[in-house]
Amino acid sequence: MKLVVAIVRPEKVNDVLEALYRAEVRGISMSRVQGHGGELDRVETYRGTTVKMGLSEKVRFEVAVSDAFVQPTIDALCAGARTGEVGDGKIFVMELERAVRIRTGETDEGAVTPLRK
Amino acid sequence: MTPPALASGAAINAGDTAWMLVATAMVLLMTPALGLFYAGLVRSKNTLNTFMMSIAALAVATVTWAAVGYSLAFDRGNGFVGGLGYAFLHGVAFAPRTGTHIPHLLFFAFQATFCIVTTALVSGAVVERMRFAPFLVFAALWSVCVYAVLAHWAFGGGWLQAHGTLDFAGGVPVEMGSGFSALAAALVVGARKDYGRQALLPHNAVYVLLGAGLLWFGWFGFNGGSGFSTGHSSVLAFTNTLLTPACTLVAWFALDLLRGRRVTAIGAATAIIVGCVGITPAAGYISPAWAMALGVVAALPSYAIILWRPRTRVDETLDVLAAHGTAGLTGILFIGFFAQMSWNGVSNGLLYGDAAQLGRQALAALAGPVYAFLATFVLLRLIGLLMPLRASEHEEAVGMDIIQHGEEAYASGEGAILVSTEVGLDATPSVTSR
Repeated sequence: MKLVVAIVRPEKVNDVLEALYRAEVRGISMSRVQGHGGELDRVETYRGTTVKMGLSEKVRFEVAVSDAFVQPTIDALCAGARTGEVGDGKIFVMELERAVRIRTGETDEGAVTPLRK
Repeated sequence: MTPPALASGAAINAGDTAWMLVATAMVLLMTPALGLFYAGLVRSKNTLNTFMMSIAALAVATVTWAAVGYSLAFDRGNGFVGGLGYAFLHGVAFAPRTGTHIPHLLFFAFQATFCIVTTALVSGAVVERMRFAPFLVFAALWSVCVYAVLAHWAFGGGWLQAHGTLDFAGGVPVEMGSGFSALAAALVVGARKDYGRQALLPHNAVYVLLGAGLLWFGWFGFNGGSGFSTGHSSVLAFTNTLLTPACTLVAWFALDLLRGRRVTAIGAATAIIVGCVGITPAAGYISPAWAMALGVVAALPSYAIILWRPRTRVDETLDVLAAHGTAGLTGILFIGFFAQMSWNGVSNGLLYGDAAQLGRQALAALAGPVYAFLATFVLLRLIGLLMPLRASEHEEAVGMDIIQHGEEAYASGEGAILVSTEVGLDATPSVTSR
């Protein structure tokens, strides 16, 4: 059981969701975050003030999956989020100690979606 | 519009002039109001670009109107287009404009605000993907080649007016002109990349409601000023501008309730526009009671098209055709049935004994849309040969605000590093977002 965290471009969110859905990965959270990952700074001008936007808007996905689903999830995230340009984002996979489904009290592998491949 | 033949050689009337000065300013406010209305209807990443298209019309259409547009619309010429006698405002000064008691210069300014808002209206068809530079070119050419020509037909002594078509405040050039041009523009520019695949929702319904409210306010100047006086037709038009949209709102509420059991805010904002558009051509020609009936009648076809259009492949994004083209057409035809000599002193409709008036209205309802559609279609195709009309898929995904303007509507300022605060100190080359 792993927690897959992916930071992706906001404009690729719908593609990512579509790819995850195709891979039958259900049960995800997403949040809007700001970050910096070595991409070129964006220059904006407001009246006389020119600024470099050091932080870019990104979207963070969190997906808890059973071991068999780790690779399909990573593949789907890459397929949905990749443009080939700097700034496509990162995927982090980490060990997950416990998971509990609140509605039923099921735990661990029984609590992440989907159950098995 | 008062036929130019009336009251020539008359003097300036102070009351008329005072009202028209105010009315002109009120109509000018409609363009930023439209920008706000449109900006609320798009996604947040395109807020500024959408608003800027209306601001662009303020810039470009004013210049073209002063240069040649006004002359082509209102100078004597042939039935199709006016002459160049008033080009660059030559001879447009303080003497009264023929048929009115207001200075010619003020008449020009009032008509300019119509050209501006109409040009801005068309942008609703192409928001969220058309590049800004070709839009500027389009706005300049459209305001001359389409708006000025249609204005000549309906107001400037052109063939429709000569034929006896009644159009009080612009059902032909403004409403049908923008609506059917919008359809052509949507077809030439093409759908947004995500259209039909993803839900593309309005990002701020409050902007939409406030924009619609301000438009309604401005419309009192638009319709109430189109009699160019403080006389009966102006008062009638002014009051009808209150009655019709109110009835459209009520009808829209009823339709919303019947269909979805909920009254929607964006529906209400749309209803205000549809009602104002419906009464525009008819404002000074029909009785207040018939104006109220028109409010209900105008709601039906527009409501139907707004439901049907998103199921098609035509991404006429902000439904200019339904709100303006269709409602304007309804208003133009409505005059043919319900115009009343006892109220307007000009002509009767079918119901009051003159069936021929309906024919004259039907002619305008056919000719206006056909010209607007074809001329816009050709114009945009030609511009498309010179420069790409659309942003790339990547740019469309990032959003037009950052790509086209280098600004965001809702910049947080977090992570922003000051480069310079004075022009000339900026050593950083401009880079687009990646």
